[in-house]
Amino acid sequence: MSDVTNKNNKGWLYSEKVKEHFLKPKNFLKGDPKEGEFDAMGEAGSLACGDVMKVWIKIDKKTDKIKKFGWQTWGCATAIASTSAFSEMLTRNGGLKIDDALKITPHNIADYLGGIPPVKFHCSVLADQAFKKAVEEYKKKDE
Amino acid sequence: MKKKSIYLDHAATTPLNPRVKKVMEPFWVDDFANPGGLYKRGREVKGKIDLAREDIAKIMNAKSEEIIFTSGGTESDNLAILGVANSLGGLAAKLKKKGHIITTKFEHHAVLEPCKFLEKNGFDVTYLDVGKEGIINPKDIENSLREDTVLVSVMYANNEIGTVQPISEIAKVIRNFRSTKHKAQNKKQIQNLKLQKNKNDLEFIDSQFGFNEKFPIFHSDACQAAGYLDLNVDKLGVDLITLNGSKIYGPKGVGLLYVRKGINLQPIMYGGGQERGKRPGTENVPGIIGLAEALKISNKQRGKEVKRITKLRDYFIGRILKEIPKTFINGHTDKRLPNNINISVMGVEGEALVLYLDEEGIACSTGSACSSKSLDPSHVIVSLGKPPEYAHGSLRFTLGRKTSKIELDYVMKVLPKIVDKLRSFSAIQE
Repeated sequence: MSDVTNKNNKGWLYSEKVKEHFLKPKNFLKGDPKEGEFDAMGEAGSLACGDVMKVWIKIDKKTDKIKKFGWQTWGCATAIASTSAFSEMLTRNGGLKIDDALKITPHNIADYLGGIPPVKFHCSVLADQAFKKAVEEYKKKDE
Repeated sequence: MKKKSIYLDHAATTPLNPRVKKVMEPFWVDDFANPGGLYKRGREVKGKIDLAREDIAKIMNAKSEEIIFTSGGTESDNLAILGVANSLGGLAAKLKKKGHIITTKFEHHAVLEPCKFLEKNGFDVTYLDVGKEGIINPKDIENSLREDTVLVSVMYANNEIGTVQPISEIAKVIRNFRSTKHKAQNKKQIQNLKLQKNKNDLEFIDSQFGFNEKFPIFHSDACQAAGYLDLNVDKLGVDLITLNGSKIYGPKGVGLLYVRKGINLQPIMYGGGQERGKRPGTENVPGIIGLAEALKISNKQRGKEVKRITKLRDYFIGRILKEIPKTFINGHTDKRLPNNINISVMGVEGEALVLYLDEEGIACSTGSACSSKSLDPSHVIVSLGKPPEYAHGSLRFTLGRKTSKIELDYVMKVLPKIVDKLRSFSAIQE
């Protein structure tokens, strides 16, 4: 979208960080996960809106930390980039604790990416929602 | 190695033909005078505009005075639609109704938005379904015509899926309706004259029986068609037709509206009375000269270019459908512009595709929500009755005069890999 392009991005449509995560996404899951590879899955978005994300989590029971995070996204550049960025935020430095990870907001993800056009915010930054659902499922199983 | 640059978005706009640029050249600095000037320099420029108008009229089988120059396609469409609506004036007031407009669900926004504006202001608007192939059925027009229908606007060829509409058949339907209405009105008029001894007053007839036999007026937006299809206004049977420069290797910011003689069009701007009062403002002289030259060139090359580019289109479509699984063509396969390829790629979103292709030096467009300012998916793909995934995953390639098989082969080298990659992490796995 030309009218939301910021001026500091060297001619690319979004920020350099979005470009990096869009063109070289990290931690995505190819095809179906293997049996026991993850503990829980969550999904957000809709076909009608044009963005659907699925995330899978593997939790270390002792430390409550996220050991592994996998994702799949059908969506635009910022949808792909924000899910990839979220996965990086959750798993870097040995992984965040669930409670800390749940505190991450779409704004935090957008900031991490060096900004996302406001108009793209609500529809494309959905990874945190999918993650929350995965955590719910994980906690249910754990009970 | 020089980075590849393959432009496949000619429906968005075309580059200026160097020959067009050359004929425009003198009119920026040397022959700059206002054509409204009484002195020699002004008269000379006026003469050049008159010639351009004649050249264009000849190509369209029209009369010079039926060509109104504007600032482009959007203005011409607005002038056509709002101009007809505004012309009803006193008549509409007398009738205590605003009138009825028929258009289609997949018109360009330059047609849909003025229609929506009129709808808000009391007009009735019928937005016709376009069918799953994207071709308007003239029968649907026939069934929608009403005594108070004042305007029918159907595009010549769609800008997204390139489907070509049966304009002359639609014109026939409208003509028949007019003459039937005319006869019926005459009959009623005679009866009434006997009963009321009223004067033979056209406005009286209108006020009794609806808008007169000039209505409905038939408009067609031919911006996309101009480079490839016949523009003979009599064969087409249109009353108003929109053309512009930027899709036919002419300059941007210039267009025209053909207005059939006898059609009363109220201007949408007021000023110094240029363009026979229909479109005031100092003439865009270089633009007008360029538009005429561009139209002349495309008219001359048409036959040969249509043949060449149709072959390329079908080759490209064939390869995409064969080599990339779960891809579908949008719109009728034959009744489409020779340069238009519009496909939906399942499981992949269009903006992502366009930006990945851009990284490979390929420029094309999509009907995905993300590419629109409103964040709505393409109204054109949606109008075909397809699920939203088709619109979000749609990709439009529009070929041009410089497009070669080598370029398309390059696209086919990178596109399948891009689709594979995006599908590898897509949340929709079919």
